[in-house]
Amino acid sequence: MSVQPTMPKSWRVDTKPHKFCPGCGHGLVLKALGQAIDELDIQDRVVFGCDIGCSLLAWDFFNVDTVQTHHGRTNPVMTGIKRANPDLICIGYMGDGGGYAIGSQHLVNAATRNERITAILVNNAQYGMTGGQMAPTTLPGMKTETTPYGRDVDSTGYPCQGPEMVAAITREGAYVARASVARPVPLKNYIKRAIENQMSGNGFSFVECLSTCPTNWRTNNVETINFVEKEMTKYYNVGEIKVPDPKEPLGIKTSIKVPTGGIG
Amino acid sequence: MSEKPIQGERRAFLTGNEVVAWAAVASEAEIMFGYPITPQNEIMHYWTRMAPKFNKRFLQTEDEISAGFTTNGGVLAGLKAFTATSGPGNTLMQEPISMAEMMRLPIVTIVQQRGGPSSATVIYSQQEVNLTTHGGNGEGLRIVYSTATHQELFDYTIKAFNTAWKYRFPTFVLGDGYQAKMREPLTIYDPEVRGIEMVPAYKFVGKPGKPGVDRPPTQLRNIFNMEEELFEELGEQFADFEKISPQIAECEQFGCENAEIVVTAHGIVARAAKSAVKDLRERGLKVGYFRPITLRPLPVKELRDTFSRAQKVLVAESANGQFDQLLKYAAYGITTEMVPLFKPGVGINSEDIYDKVMTMLAS
Amino acid sequence: MSKVIKIAMAGEGGQGVQSVAEIIAAAANDEGKECLYIPNFGVEQRGGVSIAFVQISDEAIGAPKFNTGDIVVALSERAVARTLQYVGPQTTFVYDASLNVSAEDLPKNAKRILEIPAVEISKNELSPRVFNIIIMGAVVGATGVISVEGAKLAIEKQLGAKFEKQPKLRELNFSAIDRGIDLVTKAG
Ligand SMILES: Cc1ncc(C[n+]2csc(CCOP(=O)(O)OP(=O)(O)O)c2C)c(N)n1
Ligand code: SF4
Ligand SMILES: [Mg+2]
Repeated sequence: MSVQPTMPKSWRVDTKPHKFCPGCGHGLVLKALGQAIDELDIQDRVVFGCDIGCSLLAWDFFNVDTVQTHHGRTNPVMTGIKRANPDLICIGYMGDGGGYAIGSQHLVNAATRNERITAILVNNAQYGMTGGQMAPTTLPGMKTETTPYGRDVDSTGYPCQGPEMVAAITREGAYVARASVARPVPLKNYIKRAIENQMSGNGFSFVECLSTCPTNWRTNNVETINFVEKEMTKYYNVGEIKVPDPKEPLGIKTSIKVPTGGIG
Repeated sequence: MSEKPIQGERRAFLTGNEVVAWAAVASEAEIMFGYPITPQNEIMHYWTRMAPKFNKRFLQTEDEISAGFTTNGGVLAGLKAFTATSGPGNTLMQEPISMAEMMRLPIVTIVQQRGGPSSATVIYSQQEVNLTTHGGNGEGLRIVYSTATHQELFDYTIKAFNTAWKYRFPTFVLGDGYQAKMREPLTIYDPEVRGIEMVPAYKFVGKPGKPGVDRPPTQLRNIFNMEEELFEELGEQFADFEKISPQIAECEQFGCENAEIVVTAHGIVARAAKSAVKDLRERGLKVGYFRPITLRPLPVKELRDTFSRAQKVLVAESANGQFDQLLKYAAYGITTEMVPLFKPGVGINSEDIYDKVMTMLAS
Repeated sequence: MSKVIKIAMAGEGGQGVQSVAEIIAAAANDEGKECLYIPNFGVEQRGGVSIAFVQISDEAIGAPKFNTGDIVVALSERAVARTLQYVGPQTTFVYDASLNVSAEDLPKNAKRILEIPAVEISKNELSPRVFNIIIMGAVVGATGVISVEGAKLAIEKQLGAKFEKQPKLRELNFSAIDRGIDLVTKAG
C-alpha cells in the first residue's frame, strides 16, 4: 500500500517521500484528496487544516495554504477562516481521536450549524500518534495499549458511529459518507463530492475514511488490509450516508444495521 | 463601505461592555466569536445589535475553546477578529491563545475578570492576572493592557488591535466585572480624528495566486520534530518580544520622586489608589502612586527606579498576590519592603488604601 | 476624600432602585459632571437585595464602590440590614415609613436619619408606579447633586416616549419628584 509514483499535481514534490509509516492509510487518503483538488482545480482557494495526530505530518504535504492546529481543534479553525472569508475552501483533516473524542463538541456543533466546511476524518480505530491507545472507534475486543485485554464494551462503550451521528444532526444540504482506503475510487469520489458540496454552499460535508495503522496494529500487509475489509466493516458501513437533495425531507437516508460481536 | 460608526467624537455615558463593543467597531474589527459568560455578555449583545448597521459578523460558538480557535481562523483569513471572556472561560481560552502565541497570530481578547477559582462569582476580581499574562504552556508571549476607566477601555481596545496587528502577538484588554457593568462618561471617537493610524489587517492564508506556482504556500505549524527547531523558533520570538517591550510597556505615576510610601495597583484598583494618594498628598504626606498599565510586558525600568527610591511599597489588588508576584519578579534585588493589601475577589475602595497607608505611616 | 457625593440605594427587585440610580447618574452626566453608577449584580440579584452605587463629582471619580455613603436609602427591611455597612458619621440614612423596623434595626452612627412616607404618598396621593421617582426626588433633595430641572430632563429622556402617549404620566412623574424633594427638605 505504498504511495503510487504518480503524484497529484497539488502535492508538494519537495516534501516527498512523506513521513507516514509504510502501509499507513493517511497517505492514501491524502492522495485521494490531492486528486480531488486537482480535478476541481481549486489549489489556489483551498485552506487545509491538519489536526494534531498523525495528520500533523501533513502540514507541508500540499502546495496549498496549510494551518496545523491543535488536537481536536481543526473544525473551529476552519470555521473561523470560512466565516471570515467564504471564498476559501476549507478542508479540515483529523483523526478519530481528534474528531470523535477531544473535538467531539466541535464536530457536533459544526454539523448542527451546517458550517460550510469539509471535514475529513481518518478512522484507524485507535490513537496512532501517541502509540496506539483506545479511541472511540476501537473495535470491541480489540487490543490497544490502554485496553491490553481487549476493548470491553460494557465499560468503555461501543465503536463510535460518527457519520451516522453527523447525518442525524445535520440539516438537508449536508454531505456525509464513509469511505475506505481499501477502495480508492469511491474514496476519491466521496472526498470530491464533499468538497463540491462546500463549494456549492449547501452545508457541512463530512467523510470518515476507514484507514490503516500497521505500526500500532502490529500487522503485516495482508493482515492490515484484512483488518480494514473484514473487521472494521463489521461495525462500519461504507457508502454515502447523506447526500443533499432539496426535495427530500430532513433526515437520514440509510438505516444502519448495528452488528454485534467482537474480534480476538 | 458602510458609514463610519462614530463621526468625529462625542461624549457618551455607557457601561464598560458597551464601550468595548463601540471601541471594537471603531477599531475596524470585522468579526467577533464568543461564548456567553457573565460579566462579558453585553459585549456580544451590543456587538450583535450593531452588526447589521456596520456590516459586522458574529458567531456564537459551542465553548470558549472554539471561540478562541475560530478567532485564530478569522485572523488567519485576514480579518481583525476578537473574542471576549471571563473566569472559567478564560481558562479554556488559554489553549487557543497558546496556538496564537506559537504562530504569532494577532488575536485580541477582552477579559472581564470575575471571581475564581472555578465558577466562584460572576461579579468581580483581579484573579485572572496569572492566567492572562502567563496562561498556556509557554512563557506568555502576549501583551496585556489593564484598564482602569471607561476612557481607557475605549482607548486601549483600539490600541490592542493596533498593537496586535503591528507586532503580531496576541493581545489582551484586561478589565473586570466592575468595569463591565458600571456606567461612566467618556469620549468616544473616530480614531482618525485623533490622528490614530489604524494598522491594517492582512491575510495569512488565501493570498492571491496559486501556491507553489505564483507564490510559496503559507504553511504554519505549531509542532516541531526536534527540540533544536523549537529552541531556534522560540529564540527568535523571545528576542522579538524583548525588542518591542520598551515600546509597548506603559505606566502612570505621580509623587514618587520623594515618596516614603509608594502605592501600586493596576486596573480598577488603581482608581482607588489614585484618589487615596491624592487625598494623602493633600494632607502633606509623602505618598506616591505607581501603576503599570501593561502587565505584560511590565514597565520594568520605571518600576525598578520607583521601587528602589521608596521606603515602602504598598501593593493593593483584588487577588491574593498575583500582581504582587509579577512586581516582585520585576523588582528582584531591590530591598524595599513590599506591604500587601490583598482582597481576593472583592473590590478595594479608596478608604481601604487611605487607612492602610495611615497605619503604615504610624508604625 | 475629594468632593464626591456618594449615594447607595437598596431595595427589593421591582422597587426600581437601579433605574432611579441610572437616571440620577445620567442627569449628572448631562450636566457635564463626572459620575459613576454601578449596580450590584450576581447570583444574589435573583431574590436578593438590589443595591445601586452612584457617585457624582466635579473631579475624576475613584473606585466604583465606597465604604461609606453620603446618602444611603433603604426601601425594605432586608435593605436596611444590608446597607448598615455603608453608614458612617457623615451619612444621611433614608428609609420608608412603611417598613417594619424598630430603632434597634436602624443605624446608630448616622449623621441624620430620615423616615419618609414615600410608599403611602405613592399609594394615596399619586400612583404606586411613581414610587421610585419619589425616592429619586428624596435623593435629589437631600444631596443637591443635580438640579431639579436636570432631574426632570433626565426623566423626560428616559420616559419621553411613554409621556407622548400618556401626557398625564409626565405630570405624575414631575409631581413625584417635587414631592420627594419636599419630603427631605421639610424633614430636614
Ligand atoms: C490537548 C491535547 N491532548 C492530548 C494530546 C496528545 N495527542 C496527540 S495526537 C493524539 C491522538 C491522535 O489520535 P487520532 O486523533 O486518532 O489521530 P491518529 O494519530 O490516529 O491519526 C493525542 C491524544 C494533544 N496533542 N493535545
Ligand atoms: S502510527 Fe499509524 S497512523 Fe501514524 S503514521 Fe504510522 S501507521 Fe500511520
Ligand atoms: Mg486515530
